[in-house]
Amino acid sequence: MNNSTDQNLIKVKDMKKLKIHGVGHWKLQRISAIAMIPLVIWFTTSLMLALMNGYEQSIEWLQSPFNATGLILLFGTLYFHAASGLQVVIEDYVHHEGLKIVSLILIKLIATVLGVLSILCVLKIYL
Amino acid sequence: MAEFALPRHSKIVKGIDYPYKGDTKNFRKVNVYRWSPDDDENPRIDSYTIDLDDCGPMVLDALIKIKQEIDSSLTFRRSCREGICGSCSMNIDGTNTLACLKSIEDVKGEINIYPLPHMDVVKDLVPDLTKAYAQLTSVKPWLQTDTKPEKGKSRKQSPKEREQIDGLWECVLCFSCTTSCPSYWWNGDKYLGPAVLLQAYRWIADSRDENTNERLDDLEDSFKLYRCHTIMNCTKTCPKGLNPAKAIGEIKKLQLERK
Repeated sequence: MNNSTDQNLIKVKDMKKLKIHGVGHWKLQRISAIAMIPLVIWFTTSLMLALMNGYEQSIEWLQSPFNATGLILLFGTLYFHAASGLQVVIEDYVHHEGLKIVSLILIKLIATVLGVLSILCVLKIYL
Repeated sequence: MAEFALPRHSKIVKGIDYPYKGDTKNFRKVNVYRWSPDDDENPRIDSYTIDLDDCGPMVLDALIKIKQEIDSSLTFRRSCREGICGSCSMNIDGTNTLACLKSIEDVKGEINIYPLPHMDVVKDLVPDLTKAYAQLTSVKPWLQTDTKPEKGKSRKQSPKEREQIDGLWECVLCFSCTTSCPSYWWNGDKYLGPAVLLQAYRWIADSRDENTNERLDDLEDSFKLYRCHTIMNCTKTCPKGLNPAKAIGEIKKLQLERK
């Protein structure tokens, strides 16, 4: 045994220095998950109905303000939820500090880019 | 980054197979993990075949019989032999439990015994729990108060308030749950683990304790508490039938209410 309980206690207590608050992230991850239940059900059923009626109808479907709002909300929640879920996976498994920070930044960046891109696409068709 | 290859000394080799010396047909093979810090050998599995007609009913009885009659070098922790001290926690038949509460009859076929998973091994079935004990100390598992009780009297608690700590005070700190938790395996240096979080909640839920807010402040941390992903191995494995996952859920609920 290399470490006494005392030395270990100092290590455990030292963690206070790097304290990262947890409840905010945990709460937002759950809220976005719950929000996606109705959004995904609405999206899949109504988009399928629109697609079955052909291209013109689908464009028309996207031009309704309600559908465009729903889609923008869905994309925003989706990318936010995906990024926060992947953040937890990286925190769990990546133990190299440098690699961890780089991948966390990359994931947020990619999610933001994809989110903005998706929303712009919806807006382009809507407008 | 993730480690894909195990260190050289993690490879377990086949050890000694001690022949059966009893004279009844009621025998059972017990395979035990052996490792000693005193030599440079890899860990090995030794096999002992024992006469069940001449052995107590629990796995701990089998281990004691092996130590007394076959191999006195076999090392394991034990004390009360009735599920109160929490010393003889180990991995039996693939599940973390107390050897003194695990009946030999409940194990089908050969009995495989390993130390608690993912902890450093001191010797044979003895894991190094110093880090877990330090984590326990860090949550201050004792009554903290600012007020003084009435002179000459103890602090009052109604039967209803007392009920709040049922299912919590019974924990014997064997760390079967903590060492069954994948989150603790990967992040045991930062995540407190189910046993310690159950203890933390035991004091948060105690109506006599006056430091609830400070306790919750200390746990409001994405690693100490929120590495729990509700995998539920802790609850499944607890040899005392407690529910650490629920205790952790209650802490998360309190954090949410405070926010």
